[in-house]
Amino acid sequence: MDGLTSRFRDPSLAKRVIEKIRKLAPPYTVRFCHVCGTHEYTITHYGLRSLLPETVDVIAGPGCPVCVTPAFEIDRAVSLALKGVTVLTFGDVIRVPGSEISLLDARARGGDVRVVYGVGDAVRIAREEPDKEFVFLAIGFETTAPSTANEILNGPPENLSFLIVHRLIPPVMELLLGIGDLQIDGFIAPGHVSTIIGMKPYRIFPEAYRMPTVIAGFEPLDVLFGILMLLRQVREEEARLENEYTRSVTWEGNVKAQRLIHEAFDVESGYWRGLGRIPSSALRLKDEFSEYDAKRKYDITVGRSRELMPGCLCHLVMIGKIKPPECPLFMKACTPQKPKGACMVSVEGTCSIWAKHGVRGRLRAQL
Amino acid sequence: MCLAIPVKVLEIDGSTAKVDFGRGVVREVNITLVDAKVGDYVLVHAGYAIQVIDREAAEETVRLWNMILELSGPVRS
Repeated sequence: MDGLTSRFRDPSLAKRVIEKIRKLAPPYTVRFCHVCGTHEYTITHYGLRSLLPETVDVIAGPGCPVCVTPAFEIDRAVSLALKGVTVLTFGDVIRVPGSEISLLDARARGGDVRVVYGVGDAVRIAREEPDKEFVFLAIGFETTAPSTANEILNGPPENLSFLIVHRLIPPVMELLLGIGDLQIDGFIAPGHVSTIIGMKPYRIFPEAYRMPTVIAGFEPLDVLFGILMLLRQVREEEARLENEYTRSVTWEGNVKAQRLIHEAFDVESGYWRGLGRIPSSALRLKDEFSEYDAKRKYDITVGRSRELMPGCLCHLVMIGKIKPPECPLFMKACTPQKPKGACMVSVEGTCSIWAKHGVRGRLRAQL
Repeated sequence: MCLAIPVKVLEIDGSTAKVDFGRGVVREVNITLVDAKVGDYVLVHAGYAIQVIDREAAEETVRLWNMILELSGPVRS
């Protein structure tokens, strides 16, 4: 948008919002949790933590879809790849460790594993190569699920089936609130998940948990204003659901996308890597589309999975309990070049983002 | 990763649109989830447009930000 991008990055506005944040920061520590890899990217890339006062902490919740994908789902895809089925999936998924090996390792052992930009590409490739069998490993939150739903409802080719690993964000946010020693004083809700689901599903947080909740966009100013809006609620001792990202998020959300999700999927409990099983947090294909369900089409029973490598603290990083440098493996045994945990693999993983920005310790403002 | 910057719709053919990601990168995306027309700006996620961002809504953001700054004066404590 010509001319607008510069206004969205206006330094004088940033200065004013940071001044307000400093004025509103309470004398005691408040901790705001976001649940989106892109929020973490914005916060780290623009060094926003270093601009915040000592008493305002921002932690990263489980907002990286690749990181929360269970190892046994990767194992299923690996087993298919080694059996001669071509596995199609998103870029950073192929490097994520399964219990033993990653999809990239499976490719090195002769498996056909290909990276696609989206599910639309998977459908096109399957049509172009009708003699081969394809599986699309469908990961992602509510933002990605409508695209998978749409392709399934449109009748994909017979040689394409799906491993559905879509997960839902509000149930995992609710889980975080049940973790006793994780003090959260407000949620920064994810901008594009909310573009799809709307504001409505977050009502539960202020209403049932008295948790201030602000939906924010991905520009640095979006995040800073989100923090300011949360601080204001904290200082007023109020809990409200507010929307900073009004240019994209509405109360109802993208109703068409929601309808597609409901037509293709049922909601069920689902396993999250490092977090365990969470009620009503996963999507499964409706019975009428079982012909496209890779779990029914192929015999892909896998053994007991290993969700975390020894010493890896991904499960604590993912809920914001610790920051990456507090993990003994961070930038020692676990680096972007040789990752041990999913958080170091995915571009949306907190460890990967911190590593690539050279963040080695806790960032604090020098006030 | 969510792309924060809206991209411009150049051409539409059924449910597919060519969009300009800037720096000469033009890609096809699916526009089933939105009502987009040529010249609109859309947010794209994994090959699908998920929202149309009109200029007015974007301008509104800047107005909203200024309003929040004015509102965030003294607070009740």
